[in-house]
Amino acid sequence: MRAAIIAILALFSPLVYAKDLYMVRSTLSFPEAMSVLQETIVQHGYRVSRVQRVDIGLTAFGYQTDKYRVVFFGKLAELRELSARHSSLVPYLPLKIAIFAEGAETILLASSFEHLRSTYGDPELQRYFDRWEADVQTILEYVRVAD
Amino acid sequence: MKADQPALGFLFLVLLLSRPVLAALSDGAVLYQRHCAVCHGAEGNGGVGIPLNLPDFLAVASDDYLRATLREGRPGRVMPAFSAFDQGAVDAIIAYMRSWSGQPGPHYSADPLAGRPERGAKLFATHCAACHGDKGQGGAGTGVTFSRPRQAPVMAPALDNPGFQRSVSDAMLKATLLRGREGTPMPAINALGLAEADADDLVAYLRKLAPDLPAKTPDLDPIIQFESAYEFEQTLENLKQAVIGRNFRIIREQYFEEGLAAGGEENRRQVMLYFCNFAFLNEALALDPRVGLFLPCRVTVVETDQGVQVMSINPQNLSRLFNNNELDEACQQMHDLYAEIIEEATL
Repeated sequence: MRAAIIAILALFSPLVYAKDLYMVRSTLSFPEAMSVLQETIVQHGYRVSRVQRVDIGLTAFGYQTDKYRVVFFGKLAELRELSARHSSLVPYLPLKIAIFAEGAETILLASSFEHLRSTYGDPELQRYFDRWEADVQTILEYVRVAD
Repeated sequence: MKADQPALGFLFLVLLLSRPVLAALSDGAVLYQRHCAVCHGAEGNGGVGIPLNLPDFLAVASDDYLRATLREGRPGRVMPAFSAFDQGAVDAIIAYMRSWSGQPGPHYSADPLAGRPERGAKLFATHCAACHGDKGQGGAGTGVTFSRPRQAPVMAPALDNPGFQRSVSDAMLKATLLRGREGTPMPAINALGLAEADADDLVAYLRKLAPDLPAKTPDLDPIIQFESAYEFEQTLENLKQAVIGRNFRIIREQYFEEGLAAGGEENRRQVMLYFCNFAFLNEALALDPRVGLFLPCRVTVVETDQGVQVMSINPQNLSRLFNNNELDEACQQMHDLYAEIIEEATL
């Protein structure tokens, strides 16, 4: 049902333009948004490989929250193939989404692959970039509208 | 019942005629929530970006200004240019924003005001520079709160920003000066003992502001990569020593495929090393918390048919990615750090 709603939203919302960074605000609290994010990543056929803390020691520096994580995810077969054929892509893999608390709400962001396209002109890689960008945007949109 | 028919007919007509307006509002709400709310808040209360729902802002900002701002963005100051939005999308967002006040926006003449910029410069230095910067470069930082208390409820906008300069008319600048903006530190100039003629002089000076824009960087290699002169294990060991030698702490060492491949089946000739220096991390996050997407620092060692490769992202690409000129220096430092560490580990 949720997927259908997202698909409908995507159909009727003006197309998201190509941009360098995808950012969304979720009205969910950080733990709820994190849970929805990981579920959604899995529903899109990826596996969460690791959740990395970025907030170690932040409260000691005056921040009110230490809720800042980066969620890494990917598909093993894809990563194996790409790291073998295009090893220089490895620093940008696995895919990742940063998630941090902003008051009672949560902000999520991910980088597009626009800045890599001119370097990696291989049409096959471009198709990967296209799919990853579409998947990441759909995942973010899913979390944004979740309640 | 019959008596109600004209009323029902009238209501139907009103609904029919207002459909385009309602549709625009609805589309605008969707577009706003999707593209603007992340920075400006779901209700326009502000956050990463300035608050948009302040009555004084809505009363002074013309539709032309909002339209141009959406199209131009604020180069180097986080706000992106939504240049791919069509006219309908832009107008729908503006219509939605107008629904917060229920009032239409003002209209201004595009004519320049005749003021004295030399005198305006003196007034600016006395009354405005403390918040907007001595050259109108705006407050430091992105406005991203990251739940951290900040000194002011909004970051003072960069008045020298080319996106702002192209969007705002002289008349709107003057209206802002005369009205001030309640809910922010911006006072009406009469509260400072200034008169309307002073506003003309200030506007004339503001029009002279030109930003110190960083030179446009060419397309950069997205990665930093060195081939190692050593075997895989020795390279990894060298890398750790190089990291520690620069007062960074190794946080984690893991296989590239860890968490994706079954335990024990990972390719062990692809290792990622995460490292961090808390002062460095916090400096970066204070500049722009979004850079956490690329933190902590990571260097990867990969053995291929061509030998052992050591590589990282190129942080110099990041300031462009985040549309934040304030990151330039930090990203350059980070680039140099990565390059030094990788070079030391491989040569």
